[in-house]
Amino acid sequence: MGVLSLIIKREFISKVRNKSFIVMTFVSPLIFVAVAALIGYLSSMKTEVKHIGIHDESGMFVNDFKSNESYKYHDVSKIDPKILKDSVSQANYEGILFIPSKENLKDYEEAIEYVSEDSPSIGFIADVESKLSDKLMRQNLSSKGIDTVLLDQSKIDVTMHLTKASGEETVKGLNEMKVAIGSAFGYLIMMFIIIYGNMVMRSVIEEKTNRIIEIIVSSIKPIQLMMGKIIGTTFAGILQFVIWAIVGMILLVIANTVFGLNTSTPTTELAMETAKFANVKVYFAEFLKLPLLSMIAYFLIYFIGGYFLYSSLYAAIGAAVDNETDTQQFMFPVIMPLMLGVYIGFFTVMNEPHGTVATIFSMIPFTSPIVMLMRIPFGVPFYQIALSIALLFATFIAIVWVASKIYRVGILMYGKKPTWKELVKWLKY
Amino acid sequence: MTPILEVNNVVKKYGKKTALNNVSLSIPHGSIYGLLGPNGAGKTSLIRIINQITFPDSGEILLDGEKLSPKHVQHIGYMPEERGLYKSMKVGEQALYLAQLKGISKDQAKKQLKYWFEKLEIGDWWNKKIQELSKGMAQKIQFVVTVLHQPKLLIFDEPFSGFDPVNANIIKDEILELKKKGSTIIFSTHRMESVEELCDEIALIHKSNKLLDGSLIDIKKQYRSNTFDLGINTQNEQQLKDFLNAKYQIEDTFFKSLDNELKLSVNLNRKPVNELLQDLIPFGQITHFSEKIPSINDIFIQTVTNN
Repeated sequence: MGVLSLIIKREFISKVRNKSFIVMTFVSPLIFVAVAALIGYLSSMKTEVKHIGIHDESGMFVNDFKSNESYKYHDVSKIDPKILKDSVSQANYEGILFIPSKENLKDYEEAIEYVSEDSPSIGFIADVESKLSDKLMRQNLSSKGIDTVLLDQSKIDVTMHLTKASGEETVKGLNEMKVAIGSAFGYLIMMFIIIYGNMVMRSVIEEKTNRIIEIIVSSIKPIQLMMGKIIGTTFAGILQFVIWAIVGMILLVIANTVFGLNTSTPTTELAMETAKFANVKVYFAEFLKLPLLSMIAYFLIYFIGGYFLYSSLYAAIGAAVDNETDTQQFMFPVIMPLMLGVYIGFFTVMNEPHGTVATIFSMIPFTSPIVMLMRIPFGVPFYQIALSIALLFATFIAIVWVASKIYRVGILMYGKKPTWKELVKWLKY
Repeated sequence: MTPILEVNNVVKKYGKKTALNNVSLSIPHGSIYGLLGPNGAGKTSLIRIINQITFPDSGEILLDGEKLSPKHVQHIGYMPEERGLYKSMKVGEQALYLAQLKGISKDQAKKQLKYWFEKLEIGDWWNKKIQELSKGMAQKIQFVVTVLHQPKLLIFDEPFSGFDPVNANIIKDEILELKKKGSTIIFSTHRMESVEELCDEIALIHKSNKLLDGSLIDIKKQYRSNTFDLGINTQNEQQLKDFLNAKYQIEDTFFKSLDNELKLSVNLNRKPVNELLQDLIPFGQITHFSEKIPSINDIFIQTVTNN
């Protein structure tokens, strides 16, 4: 058996046998499902009905406020405003809407007041404001002799069909789906790098503090040890991810059968459900139309490139220090590009997948595994992907070389925390 | 016969600091070779180069006449000064793993491991983790791991530090037995007693330079001062002293003895030993006569302080 496979095997076994690994692997999905169930439960809880008083001196608006599940509107126009304000502080009403009487409709613009103890939600404000504006506009139109009923009837809603130049038809909302898939891939890579990169680093530090490192490097080359460590940890990570996926799916199925589908759907809602289902079918068809195979292939390529790039950095950091607390100063520059990648992915790619910022960051090797994966579902020209992958792997090789140099010197250095300057010096040893 | 290890003009620098300055050594087959020097002299740097952990800036190293290359790692066993093993790995698995890294097969490693575990009576430790063992026990494992792959050349950096006297003695005996079986052993140490006792050859490294090397006896001869300690029962102490003073250089000295005799240390002044003896006989009964052999400790201190 080759030396490398020996190291990979040892790393894998020592990771998998570790108690915290076993606990993490089997407890995390339980926690995840528990949290999901909790969120589901909380959001299904009925919110408390809020009582809103309307003091409408004009008498024009009060009938437009129809009570619903969340808000109950009460006509309190006949009660003295002073008493009403007291009743707000005594919490009889969540809030009171004061509408004065005005001659001119234009004067209402600034005249309406809402009094409450707690500040109202943005949705509530927008809703009330739009109701008031709508009413005023209609009044205004009527007063100018325009028939509002006729106006309503003459409204036409346009739904635009999105078609690609190649002739394929797409549905609206597909962009969101693309973003979701791209983000999921990018996020997965980031999570994997942070969790397992750290694991690599800790295992390097462990060998250093154990002092076994000197015995090992007297038998094999440090770069073999470093690569073996990274690959072994990767296998452990992939195993963990697979177990998570399987356990998660099983738990979700169980959760669904226990809490979800056993309630019989009332016939009235059935129609809506079928409509929704038809929509899901369209989405699913669209989803299948995405270049899934090539997306998965790219995911794997970027995953390998990005993960190896970062975990060599983690290994080098582990080699440079004596204990985990000293890693902080080197950690930030490693985490930063990862975070940057995710933020750029979420904010820039979503709005402008082929914009300058998104394109540049999908080329930079430290962010490309995340940003490019988010762009790919939108269709990226092949030359860009090729360039980005070439850059990623060239940097990957360079970083592995640099990291192995630091690693080679660092693993035998004890006592002092190195500065950046010293790390550069190590490259020349 | 070619020496098992030849170090030729090796230079190693860390930045501006020179760790080894043009060091050359020749280590004969089957010897126990002491690499001596104060802390920070460059011993560990040299050992790391021999182990191919680091590489010399210039110069070369020959193992059995061949230029040192990665395939030679399996012929070298190394026990570093700072001992260490995987704490949460089982003893047996760990030893097998480290032996396999050295390039021997699992079956062969198992056979050897059984032999050593039986020999050192530690067979029941196989499934224990290192963290469950005492420090002394872990040291024994460390020794087994070092010799498991039957290397031609064994390198021990401060081998007896950390061992209790009983275990140190066991290890010493094992080292001597390995030598008998044909292994060559390099000792790096600054403990002179073990050097006197075990080493055939030594080299002294100080401030990155090799100051002296050769067989222990040759070096001692080189440093002999032709001084003899003598004890004599005489009635005419003053007369004897005056007589000797005229011909040789004498000093009072001390050594342990049963009688209350006159004890002197006499430098021969290039005269033959027997002449001194003949001069002494007429004065009385000689109870003690021995050459003052310089200890390695004296040589070490003398050389280091002179440089």
